[in-house]
Amino acid sequence: MSEIKKFMFVNRKAPYGTIYALESLEVVLITAAFDQDVSLMFLDDGVYQLKKGQQTKGIETKNFSPAYRALEDYDVEKLYVEKESMQARGLTEEDLLVSVTVLSRAEMGALMDEQDVVLSY
Amino acid sequence: MSSIEVGGRSYETDEEGYLLNLSEWNAEVADYIAKTENIDMSDQHWEVVNFLREYFEEYQIAPAVRVLTKSIGKKLGAEKGNSEYLYGLFPYGPGKQACKIAGLPKPTGCV
Amino acid sequence: MLHIVNKSPLTSNTLDSCLSTATGGDILLIEDAVYAATRGNAVEAKLRAATGQFRVHVLLPDLDARGMGDRLIEGVLPVDYAGFVDLVASNKTCQSWL
Repeated sequence: MSEIKKFMFVNRKAPYGTIYALESLEVVLITAAFDQDVSLMFLDDGVYQLKKGQQTKGIETKNFSPAYRALEDYDVEKLYVEKESMQARGLTEEDLLVSVTVLSRAEMGALMDEQDVVLSY
Repeated sequence: MSSIEVGGRSYETDEEGYLLNLSEWNAEVADYIAKTENIDMSDQHWEVVNFLREYFEEYQIAPAVRVLTKSIGKKLGAEKGNSEYLYGLFPYGPGKQACKIAGLPKPTGCV
Repeated sequence: MLHIVNKSPLTSNTLDSCLSTATGGDILLIEDAVYAATRGNAVEAKLRAATGQFRVHVLLPDLDARGMGDRLIEGVLPVDYAGFVDLVASNKTCQSWL
């Protein structure tokens, strides 16, 4: 295996309304199989992806939120959530279905600069 | 779209033989799919298949082989959580074959 | 008439366009627009104000799918798919703010 690269997935969309959140998650799971340094960033409406208690029976769509809890098994443990995005949506860490690191927007920007590969969703 | 006939009932599958409707799965279908894969289901096979069903129930994904191996090791012991053991049971890949028998979709990232 | 909004109020201006254009009647929030009707979000005050001028409805299956069923703003009326159909049928015209 060649050198390990830093991959960051930037998630900015709410789940279900568009396909971005699910697509991102699938690519994350694939990338994780290749032993790379993967981190996930959730900002703007992307923070809604991690909201607890999603019940999708009524819209006949697969509820993919339980898969975020499996990320740990895939050794994807760097999950960053942006503070102001959560606040603007009335969410706190207790509302999220996985444990995350909460960062400011400036810290998110700095983290983005450190990456080898940034994937935008 | 394809289908298989088991016990007088028809089950829809994709072109590779994976069940389309997870909720239709039962032990009889599992046995049938296993036979098409040249696998004679033993208790050890069932242990892995049941593990996969539980994993899917909880996380809604079929785990990648690496994750499956690690998780089996955690739950059932190191002597089972290794490639030799799992490939011994499912020679064409525990992800691919065991998921098929368990009625799950092909693991994400498995080509 | 009926106005339908389907975009998140925090990433799109369609809710604003709708609220500043519509003169009264029914507004239905579906898909990602349901976040507008949840307590604690940044447009909560705007939406509360709108409930005074319009009948504001939200599609409950979309709210539940997003794990937001327990934080619906008071005064917003939840509807199911049958209610959605009734709204469309009982209004002469319908504008979707895509």
